[in-house]
Amino acid sequence: MVEVKHLTKTYGDIKAVDDISFTVNDGEILGFLGPNGAGKSTTMNIITGYISSTGGTVTINESEILKDPKGAKSQIGYLPEIPPLYMDMTVRKYIEFMFSIKKVKLPKQAHIDEVLSLTKLMDHQHRIIRNLSKGYRQRVGLAQALLGNPPVLILDEPTVGLDPNQIREFRTLIKGLGKKHTVIFSSHILSEVSAICDRIVVINNGRVVADTKTLELSSAITGRDTLSLQVEGSVTSVTSALKTVTGVRKISVDKQLGENIYSYTVEHEKGTDIRKGVFHAMSKNNMPILYMNEGGMSLEEAYLRLTSDKPLKGGKK
Amino acid sequence: MKAILKRELGSFFNSAVGYVVMGIYYFFAGLFFYFYCISGNSKDMAGLFSSMFMITVLVIPIITMKSLSEEKRQKTDQALLTSPLGLGEIVVGKFLGSLIMFVCCLAIYILFALTLCFYTNGSPDWAVFFGNLLGTILLGASLIAIDIFISSLTESMIISAIVGMCAGLLIFFIDSIANLVSVGWISTAISSLSFVDHYQNYTTGIFSVADTVFFLSITVLFNFLTLRVLEKRRWS
Repeated sequence: MVEVKHLTKTYGDIKAVDDISFTVNDGEILGFLGPNGAGKSTTMNIITGYISSTGGTVTINESEILKDPKGAKSQIGYLPEIPPLYMDMTVRKYIEFMFSIKKVKLPKQAHIDEVLSLTKLMDHQHRIIRNLSKGYRQRVGLAQALLGNPPVLILDEPTVGLDPNQIREFRTLIKGLGKKHTVIFSSHILSEVSAICDRIVVINNGRVVADTKTLELSSAITGRDTLSLQVEGSVTSVTSALKTVTGVRKISVDKQLGENIYSYTVEHEKGTDIRKGVFHAMSKNNMPILYMNEGGMSLEEAYLRLTSDKPLKGGKK
Repeated sequence: MKAILKRELGSFFNSAVGYVVMGIYYFFAGLFFYFYCISGNSKDMAGLFSSMFMITVLVIPIITMKSLSEEKRQKTDQALLTSPLGLGEIVVGKFLGSLIMFVCCLAIYILFALTLCFYTNGSPDWAVFFGNLLGTILLGASLIAIDIFISSLTESMIISAIVGMCAGLLIFFIDSIANLVSVGWISTAISSLSFVDHYQNYTTGIFSVADTVFFLSITVLFNFLTLRVLEKRRWS
């Protein structure tokens, strides 16, 4: 668990980070979202102990970064914005070097093989890093962050500069990692964060402007002509009942939320209000509606509003 | 620390730096060896060593120029400072890496001494030889500590090298500076910092505890200052 409390960092008169607090639970993927220069990297550098904070505390599984830096640092795998690579080394030599300075206790060669194959670098392990493309360098950076299976992974804009295929691979990889690690993942790309993360913290000008479940922030990502639903009942019976409602165009199942509870996105014809129809269709079949939200703001709009200077109503927790 | 040391040595010998430095050092050592010993028909190596003092002062900044400045520029210091490694381990690893590189340069003297054994009657004065060798190593260690400290202050290895060389020359001419000062006690204070003075005893084969302590103190002091610079960077 990562606990950030009242973190502040000032450079002269400039407040780079201004009273940021959030908590990341075990096994959670937290999206750290904000425009360029919002203070994302500074916050991450403080969490990882690269720079100090002016005020506030960071605790990694009970080790405070300033009081027990070695204990805290040994639990973090960090991929900074620019991967810290020694250009004159080969991939394997570099990973071996990082293995030693991280004082990893696992069997050396076997663990390195494991990390290299996870990041798909096995075929490139004897190449000199200088000669690798950006995407591969990023992977080497990720490989070093994964060394020692740290419980907390901090990734600073890991997909910047990658091609769409590599981005996709990276996302799948990070999603997979989220099962075993606590991940803090920063980005200024919305769709990326909403695709990967369980929760989003949006910061702007060094302040937290929103801290919500991704689902809530993106509940209306597709715009005003959609209806977000959470219904208890089997998928087949809910969809067939929804199809009977006039105006419904497309039904998609988003996510399973609990036993027999699913969330749906229902696209309907512009200008129609299908809420009553949906209510009657569901109640007729005895399937309780747990959540219903008509369109509303898209994630993009929410983000733009959040990161402009006008505060979003109800956005701040 | 072992990992840092290994990586330092790797960076010298996997790139041209190590070989260029050794080449320069061997070239001048060979030149002075030729003048003093072969051409001058002498077994006395003291002249060779004192002539190399200047070369040492100029070569060491080239060894240390990348040490911390390049880490900062390439952002690899992020990997070092966010690892569970202590700052002391980083500094000592860097220092020992450069010192070993310098000792590799000094290896040539052993070859010279052996050459003298074979081609002259009797061997060179071993006391003088080892005195000089020890003196050069201690001098080198203190200069390395100073130059790594300089390297920790900048992101540019060119600046690091040039400032290092200037600092070296300042150290070299410190006696002349002391002579220029007319106030007696200040002059004495400055000249007591003279590296050349402290080096003198070794050239005659005398092991002086005071001089050894002087060089070791400089070494420890500047390694400590480097440590503080790394720590301060974290706090600023």
